Amino acid sequence: MKKETLFAINTIYRQPIPVHGLIFGSGEKSLAIVGSLRGNEVQQLYICSQIVKLLSRYEADGLIAPGKQIMVIPCVNAFSMNVGKRFWAADNTDINRMFPGYSKGETTQRIAASLFEHLKGHVFGIQLSSFYIPGNFVPHVRILDTGFHDLDLCDFFGLPYVMVSKPMPVDTGTLNYNWQVFDTKAFSIYSKETKNVHIDSAIQAIEATFQFMQSQGIIRSASPTEEGSYYPFHPVRFKEEDLVNVLSQRGGIFLHRSQVGDEVKTGALLAETLDPYGGNVIERMVAPCDGRIFFNHNSNLIGGHEVSCRIIPDNRASIA
Amino acid sequence: MIKKVASAELAVGEALVIKKNRIEPLGGAGENAKRVCVVTGTHGDELEGQYVAWRLADALHKNIQDLHGIVDIYPALNPLGINSIFRGMPLSDLDLNRIFPGSENGPMAEYLASEMIKDMSGAAACVDIHASNIFLRELPQIRINETVAQGLMPLARRMNMPLVWIHASATVLESTLAHALNSIGTPTLVVEMGVGMRITKEYGEQLVEGLFSLMSYLGIWSRKIAPTIPPIVSSDWQVAFINADHSGIFICEAQHMSTVQEGQRLGFIADPLSGRVMEKINSPVTGLLFTLREYPVVYEGSLLARILHSGSSGGGDGTENWMEACL
Ligand SMILES: [Zn+2]
Repeated sequence: MKKETLFAINTIYRQPIPVHGLIFGSGEKSLAIVGSLRGNEVQQLYICSQIVKLLSRYEADGLIAPGKQIMVIPCVNAFSMNVGKRFWAADNTDINRMFPGYSKGETTQRIAASLFEHLKGHVFGIQLSSFYIPGNFVPHVRILDTGFHDLDLCDFFGLPYVMVSKPMPVDTGTLNYNWQVFDTKAFSIYSKETKNVHIDSAIQAIEATFQFMQSQGIIRSASPTEEGSYYPFHPVRFKEEDLVNVLSQRGGIFLHRSQVGDEVKTGALLAETLDPYGGNVIERMVAPCDGRIFFNHNSNLIGGHEVSCRIIPDNRASIA
Repeated sequence: MIKKVASAELAVGEALVIKKNRIEPLGGAGENAKRVCVVTGTHGDELEGQYVAWRLADALHKNIQDLHGIVDIYPALNPLGINSIFRGMPLSDLDLNRIFPGSENGPMAEYLASEMIKDMSGAAACVDIHASNIFLRELPQIRINETVAQGLMPLARRMNMPLVWIHASATVLESTLAHALNSIGTPTLVVEMGVGMRITKEYGEQLVEGLFSLMSYLGIWSRKIAPTIPPIVSSDWQVAFINADHSGIFICEAQHMSTVQEGQRLGFIADPLSGRVMEKINSPVTGLLFTLREYPVVYEGSLLARILHSGSSGGGDGTENWMEACL
């Protein structure tokens, strides 16, 4: 493993904040893995740290394929993470809205530009991401429908779900979108949690990353019996626009009565909202269709007209 | 008359209510009365529009006999943000001006955005007032996306604002209120003026005159109006951007809205710990200093100034940078 300081961010009164790249193997820039771009992405940082630890062992055992290079960038935003802020702590801008960056622009544009210089040109890119609405997810691979995307490759992660999203105007500044525009096959992996470490779903994300690397011949299997055994898994594919949002009507104390990943039938109880002053149930949210819970609002307070839950409906258009 | 535009219940004993003040002629507005929407408070840390909203309502009430159409004043599209000194929407931390046109079935912020659009659509003109941010002070200006400039210029010229900045279109700006309204045929102008968290009364007065001039142009205001100033239009000029190359404390040595000479000192970046000057900031061009850093703490990349110039004196790479645009 080579540890490189890709660039450093200088600020007044703080130490220069380095952005490190951990490099394994040598040769073709096969894969870049990016962890936390936002200061609350602790789960994403944890996942990257474990990937680095594991890749070091793979390298020591000679299991990185010859001519293949992997770069892992666990954290781009220590500046915000160390002061407990989600976005860039100086001006509240989001690095993941600034790609491909601009080297003569504002601070976060410069960071995006410096980072993208190192990320450009990789064959594959994996971003460990979080959603703009705080909540819990079923672990999944997300790919933006840019026209350059390769849906079939998503199957090699072996995660149970693959979501295809149409880019909104704000998505044109994300890393994933710009990677694709610059010819990298880019995927985002969403884990269950963001600001807390959730071990089980972290393991899922780590295994998915290794499974993908092995399927694409970037690493070799740690267990000789498994060599060549990675056939694409058949995950559930769906379009983001097919998700059914279950909206709250009332504000109050919010309690889940179901978990992400649960299979639900129409009418099944998903969550309840309690009167914050009286304690009785003022709203019961039930499944409007048969399907599986993909996303849950993760605060115990809720307002009216919030997305309490998103369901992957059983009845949806299939995608090739 | 105070009207509710949209609302949603909050968690504990309160509702988030977006309100507007509808001001109509004494005998009521006719069936086909023209309507002007004056909108502000999208970003909770921008307060220049608060003065304008108050001053306009006050002036209209005092001269109601001269009003021949409807004026809807929306002083706070993001009331929780204004209340909690927060630019975005508290809770979700979303920039309200990046989620238009919103969605009826989306999360709360998107739902509220879609209700706002419904309420404003069909107006003869809409003016969305912004106040830069806490970092930069702006000369009063109208900002127009180049894709709709032709249709909006006749309105923009009447706004009594010294500058009309016609800017390149950027995909990220497709989710602003102005873009959403313009794309459904409701002509919408964006005003940027002053600085965040402050009120600059002169700018407010200047804009109120501009709003009466606009209403007069649209035929819904019959009181005599003061002559308005003809704006400088950016397409005839170039804009030089000056960003910090060092982090530190910016000490300003130039006057906002003044003409600066090529090579003139605009300020410097100081390191108070060592007592050193980290960077001297000189103007790369001769021109009008229309944007100036207000907040002293700067980082590598922080915008310090923008200068409007004729382009003949060189300097500045002139690249428009709309990612940092504080719309
Ligand atoms: Zn604004």
